[in-house]
Amino acid sequence: MRIFIELWEAIKIAWGALVKNKLRAFLTLLGIIVGVTTVIGIVSITEGLDKAFGEEISALGSNVLYVQKFPWAQQMDWDKLRNRDDITMEEVEALEEYLTIPAAISPSTQTRRTVKYKSEFLEDVSISGTNEVKTSDVFPEYGRDLTAMDVHHRRLVCVVGWDVAETLFKKEDPIGKRIKVGGYKFRIVGVLEKQGDVFGQSLDQEVRIPIGVFYKLFGSSRSLTITVKVDNPELIDQARDQIRGILRRVRKVAPGAEDDFSVNQMDMIMDLYNSLTSTLYAAAIGVGAISLLVGGIGIMNIMLVSVTERTREIGIRKAIGAKRRDIMWQFLVESIVISAIGGLIGIGLGFGIGKIISSISPLPTTITGWSIFLGIGFSSGVGIFFGLYPASKAARLNPIESLRYE
Amino acid sequence: MLIDINNLIKEYHMGLEVVHALNGIDLEIRKGEYVAIMGPSGSGKSTLMNILGCLDTPTAGDYSLNDTNVSTMDDNEMAGIRNREIGFVFQTFNLLPRATALHNVELPLIYSGKSASERKETAAKTLEDVGLGDRMNHQPNELSGGQRQRVAIARALVNKPSIILADEPTGNLDTRTGDEIMEIFEKLHEEGNTIILVTHEEYIAEHSDRIIRLRDGRIERDEAD
Repeated sequence: MRIFIELWEAIKIAWGALVKNKLRAFLTLLGIIVGVTTVIGIVSITEGLDKAFGEEISALGSNVLYVQKFPWAQQMDWDKLRNRDDITMEEVEALEEYLTIPAAISPSTQTRRTVKYKSEFLEDVSISGTNEVKTSDVFPEYGRDLTAMDVHHRRLVCVVGWDVAETLFKKEDPIGKRIKVGGYKFRIVGVLEKQGDVFGQSLDQEVRIPIGVFYKLFGSSRSLTITVKVDNPELIDQARDQIRGILRRVRKVAPGAEDDFSVNQMDMIMDLYNSLTSTLYAAAIGVGAISLLVGGIGIMNIMLVSVTERTREIGIRKAIGAKRRDIMWQFLVESIVISAIGGLIGIGLGFGIGKIISSISPLPTTITGWSIFLGIGFSSGVGIFFGLYPASKAARLNPIESLRYE
Repeated sequence: MLIDINNLIKEYHMGLEVVHALNGIDLEIRKGEYVAIMGPSGSGKSTLMNILGCLDTPTAGDYSLNDTNVSTMDDNEMAGIRNREIGFVFQTFNLLPRATALHNVELPLIYSGKSASERKETAAKTLEDVGLGDRMNHQPNELSGGQRQRVAIARALVNKPSIILADEPTGNLDTRTGDEIMEIFEKLHEEGNTIILVTHEEYIAEHSDRIIRLRDGRIERDEAD
């Protein structure tokens, strides 16, 4: 019971002290406010990014492997990578024959060309040569996909992305019409559903043609990307191992030598992202910790001044029966209250900054419950730790001398 | 015997010098007595008062208060004694400047763990007893000197102490106000309180029943008034 009485009294006294000298209070709290604001601000930005990123990534599929010449995250010298051989249909056929894990295998190669219909045109469109095997969840909105017959007979047919259809065919139905792809005439058999953007890039400006046609018209001197969609996501690691084994054999990689190709996976991007954000978190916590340290020293300083200023008062309290722990408790609570107030201000500012950033930039932010606890916890902790010395100093004052203090 | 002091000695070390503030005091005070302690500067009266009030411990000798030996108590125990048994009244009032009269008076009750409602009630009643019922919510800077000292007296009384220890209680007051305060002490004495007055003013000391004169750390004279 006593503790709560003292707590409320101390809170009132601490609040009164703060209000009485706002400039001093502000300077005292500055370190704590900056520290907490930094941590909260960065945490909410990063949490928001995490969520958005995670959503984008999962939309792209986590059971798909991409066999390509180069890895997505370049960690090796360009010299070593430069001399790698292209991936060709030979590897595709090897995988189709020897991969035992159920999967859809689809090669693709890509270039960029202008696409025209009558007077409308669209530049810099992604032209991909591929086969009929489906490795993504994108389906035609109108018409159909490429079929095995299209691929086998090398028909001059294509499936276009939503933006291409929208731009070239303002009033007409695109299905069946002939468009010029890089100067060559193709008949449209399907229009893909709208996919939207990934990291600001539109996925809807593409044209898909049979891979045999691609080779004939645009050359075969490019490395393929082999997309392998594993039916059972739990077998993805085994699939990766098998793929590596098959490819090493076909490409005659010596035992003990590194792969001269890469099997890429969306998770790699996730890992890269996570390592970036953990660095960011560490930096934020570092900055936050230093600010809190500075803030704590500020609190200790101001509390020492407060103790000195109230020496007489401490003497009076002791004379009428305050024990050491009563005095200690009184000043410790004051210190905690001051820091907690700083923490709350910091939390408010941190979220405010996060909101501002998310409204003027594409960066999203979220407010997380645990970061609030972190802010209050840390600032109170600073209050306890740095208030301990002044509080114990106050408790140990000699009452007789204190009463004489002017 | 309320207060029993035997061969009390207090020494201070100032660098290499030793100051003998109290050089062997023997003293008995009964419950209900009204005693004045007098003496010039350096006679040791402040030191004796500090020890009587359990603000300080003697270097040697015994001090028994209410049959309890308080001379060897630790800090915390002495704080408890001060809270329950001693009521201080200071020359400079020593009130908390930013608290109301009521809060000042209830302070000893806070430290003795009384509930909020009990505190408010007791404090209010005590303030009425000293004639400040209508000034309870005023802060010290809104009160006259005499009124402040009354608040201090109320604070001293609120825990029903064994002794009221007043150190030059009228030193910061004009003569007329000082007389009013001395009347309050008179009334408290009639009600059975034990009062110990420390002063260097002869005419203040004469209000008491017994004057103890100190010189050079010893009792020079101890006689009924």
